[in-house]
Amino acid sequence: MRMLRYFPLALGNINVNKTRSLLTMLGIIIGVAAVLTTLGIASGAASSITSEIEAQGTNLLEVSPTGGGQGGTLTMADARILGDRDDFPQFAGVAPTYSGNATLVRGANDAGGQVRGVTADFPSVSTVEIADGRFLNAVEETNSARVVVLGHDLAGDLFGSENPIGQEVRIAGDLFTVVGVLEASGGSAFFSDDTTAYVPLGVAQTRLFAAPRYRGELTVSSISIKVADGYALEQAEQDVEVALRLLHGLGLDDDNDFSIFNQASLLDLAGSVSTTLSALLGGIGAISLIVGGIGIMNIMLVTVTERTNEIGLRRALGAHDRDILVQFLAEALVLCIIGGLLGIGLSYGVAALLTALPGFSIAVTIDAASVVMALGVASAAAIIFGLYPAIRATRLDPVEALRYE
Amino acid sequence: MESNNGQNGDAPVIAIDGVTKTYQMGEVAVHALRGVSLDIHSGEYVAIIGASGSGKSTLMNIIGLLDRPTSGTYAIRGQEVGQLGKSEQADIRNREIGFVFQRFNLLPRTSAQAQVELPLFYAGITGTKARRRAVDALTRVGLGERIDHRPDQLSGGQQQRVAIARALVTQPSLLLADEPTGALDSKTTAEILDLFDELHAQGLTLVVVTHEHSVAERAGRVITVSDGAIVGDALAAQPTPAVTATNGFGSVLPTLSPARTAVAQ
Repeated sequence: MRMLRYFPLALGNINVNKTRSLLTMLGIIIGVAAVLTTLGIASGAASSITSEIEAQGTNLLEVSPTGGGQGGTLTMADARILGDRDDFPQFAGVAPTYSGNATLVRGANDAGGQVRGVTADFPSVSTVEIADGRFLNAVEETNSARVVVLGHDLAGDLFGSENPIGQEVRIAGDLFTVVGVLEASGGSAFFSDDTTAYVPLGVAQTRLFAAPRYRGELTVSSISIKVADGYALEQAEQDVEVALRLLHGLGLDDDNDFSIFNQASLLDLAGSVSTTLSALLGGIGAISLIVGGIGIMNIMLVTVTERTNEIGLRRALGAHDRDILVQFLAEALVLCIIGGLLGIGLSYGVAALLTALPGFSIAVTIDAASVVMALGVASAAAIIFGLYPAIRATRLDPVEALRYE
Repeated sequence: MESNNGQNGDAPVIAIDGVTKTYQMGEVAVHALRGVSLDIHSGEYVAIIGASGSGKSTLMNIIGLLDRPTSGTYAIRGQEVGQLGKSEQADIRNREIGFVFQRFNLLPRTSAQAQVELPLFYAGITGTKARRRAVDALTRVGLGERIDHRPDQLSGGQQQRVAIARALVTQPSLLLADEPTGALDSKTTAEILDLFDELHAQGLTLVVVTHEHSVAERAGRVITVSDGAIVGDALAAQPTPAVTATNGFGSVLPTLSPARTAVAQ
């Protein structure tokens, strides 16, 4: 390969001016490192969000009334009918809930949180897990007993290192006995259940929040449904919709007065968010790569001017246009490739550092495809930004160039 | 690629006929050359002398294929080259002409050997073959011991010798020197001119462009350029001193070559 002969030459010329070469490469180094690190963070964030959503269960549906948690048309009757295993074998569990916000007080400590009225079988339609004590039982549900199960953070806020089980907290003036504490959900701020308190459904509806009635039935703020194994989530979602439209007496032209939310659609959403995030961050990184490329162009223009006399000499010694062009392109390319490789090294260093950082929960993952892409972009930048100075070099008149001081 | 001394062995190395060169400076046409005709034969040692602005530099650039004549013909060894394309001219320069410049024009921070290999690079010759030829050329100019030295480690005279080795390494038909001693002191000037004498004695064709009569006197033939025309073309009054061991460097040919003697007569 005739062209390959120019690379040792280019390396030599770069070596002659080490400091300047390094400064020139800095733009590419930072550009490549920025692209790879941001893409790594984006892909790390995407996979951590995805795994978080998957931890919430992807076979769960949550029905809520249109227009928020209270004053809707979703009632206990809906939950009862959907919960009939004979009519709806596709639902493994159906749990109505009623939520509100309240302040929990224990001695000098208080904490704001969501108080959720639930049935005893709520754990089967959600991902909550007991760390200590037990969940609400059927008797307490039936009797609307003043018992509470605390989310992990809530228990910590109220009781510190004390064991909360058997102790009492005050919610909206009433004393509740703590019967259980939940595991930390492990999730981030997105889907945390750790500041929620769970009380029997009846207590929340009647005692704490005075739920309104609709057609004589107490309303609920959501109905959680677990789809039985072997049934498709989307089909189950349609079944819920059809049943509720019927129950609510909606005509063909009426809009739903409820909405159904499933975790799978959240996964899709997270996917598209992370794609957008990658594009955005990658784009910002790409801008720094372009700036780096312009730096290369700038220095190559300086180099061509500085070496005008050399170009004249090379002409006199028999260099063709192509020889001059390739010489300067090769120099730009070598600068960009070395800069690109250093940038890749730097990005791995930054990734390792960020991942090791306490409190930084995202594992920054740099994949091979991004590395190849970054090197490709750096090389393309070299050719694009090196071309103009190289063409300028070939345009020099040999007589003038030889005379240049 | 034809051989330098092939079928056109009888033709002059340089045959210039009716060459003019006109530069357009805005509205004004500057006639740098007004019809120059000139033959230079193999083995000649020619000095082109003239004042600044006489047109001698333009003539040199045309001989060196760095510039094109406005009209007239230019042939090297019988091949018309004046109107060849840029790329063909580059090949002819590489093959037929060895340039020596006033300011040496060496690459900074580059070893003598690498400097001398440069024309071979453009001829497509690399590796050990190029290295051997570069070392041979450096030995020929008396720098066989300094092949690894960079310009900043060499004296002016030594730098010019590297440049001469670079000009010789492709075995050109013609060595074209532009004020080769203009940047040198008188002692070094003498050394370089002695080297030219020696190379001439070995059969090399030399054209030296200068404004110094003392330099021109060493040539067998002096061409005087004035106001864009040749106003004098004379054989040197006294023969060039024979090359002797006093020239202060390496190998020396003891006698004049027949070619040179013929021209001097």
